[in-house]
Amino acid sequence: MKLTVKDLNSFYGPAHILFDIALEVGEGEVVALLGRNGAGKSTTFRSIVGLVENRSGRVMFEGRDVSELPTHAIVRGGLGYVPEERRIFTDLTVEENLEVGRQPKRAGAPQWDREKLFKLFPNLGEMRGRPGGRMSGGEQQMLTIARTLMGNPSLVLLDEPSEGLSPKIVEQMVDAILAMKKEGVSIVVSEQNLHFARLISDRAYIIERGRICFGGTMAELDARPDIRDAHLSL
Amino acid sequence: MAFYVVQFLTGLASAASLFLVASGLSIIFGVTRIVNFAHGAFYMLGAYVAFTLTERFSGAFGFWGGIVVAALVVAAIGVLVEMVLLRRIYHSPELFQLLATFGLTLMVEDLVVLIWGPDDLVGRRAPGFKGAIDFFGQNIPSYDLFLIVLGPVVLGVLWLLFQRTRWGVLVRAATQDRDMVAALGVNQKWLFTSVFALGVFLAALGGALQIPRDAVNHAMDLRVIVEVFVVVVIGGLGSIIGAFVAAVLVSELNAFGILIFPKISIILVFLVMAVVLIVRPWGLFGKPEAPARRTPGLTVNPWRPLTTNERLAAIAVLVVAAALPFVGGNYLLTVGSEIAIFVIFAVSLHFLMSVGGLASFGHAAYFGLGAYGVALLAKMAGLPMIACLLLGPLLGLLGAAVFGFFAVQLSGVYFAMLTLAFAQIVWSIAFQWVSVTGGDNGILGVWPEKWAASPSHFYWLSLGVAALAVVILRIIVFSPFGFALRATRDSPLRSEAVGINGKRIQWTAFVIAGTVAGLAGALFAYLKGSVFPDNMGISLSVDALVMVLLGGVETVSGAVVGAIVYKALNIWLVSQTDLSKLVLGGFVVLIVVAFPKGIVGTLEAFMHRRRKSSSSASSPLLTSRIESAE
Repeated sequence: MKLTVKDLNSFYGPAHILFDIALEVGEGEVVALLGRNGAGKSTTFRSIVGLVENRSGRVMFEGRDVSELPTHAIVRGGLGYVPEERRIFTDLTVEENLEVGRQPKRAGAPQWDREKLFKLFPNLGEMRGRPGGRMSGGEQQMLTIARTLMGNPSLVLLDEPSEGLSPKIVEQMVDAILAMKKEGVSIVVSEQNLHFARLISDRAYIIERGRICFGGTMAELDARPDIRDAHLSL
Repeated sequence: MAFYVVQFLTGLASAASLFLVASGLSIIFGVTRIVNFAHGAFYMLGAYVAFTLTERFSGAFGFWGGIVVAALVVAAIGVLVEMVLLRRIYHSPELFQLLATFGLTLMVEDLVVLIWGPDDLVGRRAPGFKGAIDFFGQNIPSYDLFLIVLGPVVLGVLWLLFQRTRWGVLVRAATQDRDMVAALGVNQKWLFTSVFALGVFLAALGGALQIPRDAVNHAMDLRVIVEVFVVVVIGGLGSIIGAFVAAVLVSELNAFGILIFPKISIILVFLVMAVVLIVRPWGLFGKPEAPARRTPGLTVNPWRPLTTNERLAAIAVLVVAAALPFVGGNYLLTVGSEIAIFVIFAVSLHFLMSVGGLASFGHAAYFGLGAYGVALLAKMAGLPMIACLLLGPLLGLLGAAVFGFFAVQLSGVYFAMLTLAFAQIVWSIAFQWVSVTGGDNGILGVWPEKWAASPSHFYWLSLGVAALAVVILRIIVFSPFGFALRATRDSPLRSEAVGINGKRIQWTAFVIAGTVAGLAGALFAYLKGSVFPDNMGISLSVDALVMVLLGGVETVSGAVVGAIVYKALNIWLVSQTDLSKLVLGGFVVLIVVAFPKGIVGTLEAFMHRRRKSSSSASSPLLTSRIESAE
């Protein structure tokens, strides 16, 4: 397994947010983490990369226990994280944003550099010197993904990449994610949009109120409309 | 004409050092969000170490090498400080960060005297820049010309560093979003340490470069830090260009101000700063910050008025205290009076700081103004004591009304810097305006009238006023005004949304606190029979902060306990050691790191835990520690 999460519990202050989360991601797989707003998707990702201080449980990445490591060490080990709110550096140019994400090459992980990323996201290549603050939402979303790929990760946690994007940009996003998969990057993508998830994912988990309540292939999920309706539809 | 040109060039030369120190402060703040109050101490250390090195090694190489090595040595000390102290408090509330770095300043001041002695040291001239250049009959030291060139060169180097290197890009990214930088695999710890090292290096270099111009002494840290605060407030904290422009502006104002107001040249700088604050509160080149992150508390015990039993207990304590003259001698009574006066002072600061959420680093200004008010009324107008005691504090009120108006336009670290700068301005006026204030000699012979002259009578007077002040401030805390003040403290936006005029409420609180502090100062003048500029000095402001902290920032009346314990310890300590600043500074750092809740806060937490274990019904939400600011 690429990534194994076991018994993950997280707290914000006295509030218990995640309950015994368990996830598995195989080599080169794209796995969707589905759930409504506030179900715990972002907290799950933040806990995996060590951004939630108060947590317990085990996170195994490429056979190594990373649950006790600080965030930067987890990420340097090849576990990339793309946050939900984009969080690009608005004062920095596109190229400088990418520079912040750059990490040394890693054996056994797909390699990325600026030119390769500009091929994947042609829009970005046309605005290398533009400050991040003066880009559209879709361009910013591309930039956050490209920035994380600069770290040559072997697995990426993608938090709601389609959120707030126009249908046309969502299409580009699907292409980009499939291209990443083709390069050999394993991906966990959190989504509320089942349609989007179906286009890219091999398997899916459903999270509700901090608990995983379903795990299986997309076909298995389609065979259970009851679960889909109970936990996903509005 | 030539004279003015020379004056202008002198101003530019002074700007160089100021810019180095201010840019260092700005860089450190940008990434770590800590306003390093110890920055002046690093500047001073740079000068002292450079003095030693340049005396030791001769020749041009010895001099210039000594300057650079001194800055590097001090930067290494800075790294040590960052790793040992600052790393522990990056997540603490702002106030604690300011206090810890301030405690460090106090320690350095005593250490410097211990190592280099108390006398001014005159360093040697810079090789190659010993002479002066004749400019239409006026002399310009060639070293000044060197400094004038150096300023823009350093600005350029810093610009290249931040724009053209990976490190610079990371620093700029971290200035905007530290956590995201970590989430991209960058080790923040070392980024912070390296930034701190660079900032300290710049400060120390600024100090080292001053030795051919100025004598090295152990008060230069506070002098420069006040100017630097003024510079970053004008230029905008976090902006290097802003630091440069404002350093030039402030230096020129000083250079020409001395021609216009020879006695109180600092007034001119103050006026410019006031104008900038009104027009652009975030400084000329700064960016308006999003509403500051609320510093989370250590505990969230809701405040409540005293119960009947607690009131009776407080009265009983007061009665016991009032019985002191029947058992204690005159010395004990004088100490008792002083403690009572400092209770008044401490509760006034506590009111501003804990209730108002405005941590003033210059509260002694209003204490001192009250003392000077009394002294001037008694000596010049010859008013009777009662009239003096009633009217003297009005000078504190006036000062608080003027300075408070500007100070409450800002919050958080800006507020702290500004109040400190104001206090230094008031101090330098008292120090420089010899014809009115007597300067360093102070005003002597302010003695109480016969009815209050005996130690026991004066003690009862002080105790009575102290009790009154505590009661009145507590009543205000639980009045509608107090609620509005606390609402503004906890959420400026929400309180604004329910129709509270936050700035006015805070200004009023500032004036109340200043007036009460003035009352304490008025009594203090009569207790000592004299007033001196030190009655409004920085160390007195810090004393008050420590009293509040020691008692417990987040309690309603911890300051009372803090003042009593601290003042008693302090009086004893001063009689035991010459290194009181070293001990005091160490004490401050210790409280911040190990004991942030203070005496009363710790007691309350203890009682609460006991009560909770006996009745498990109480809500865990109210007692748990808040872990993160976001």
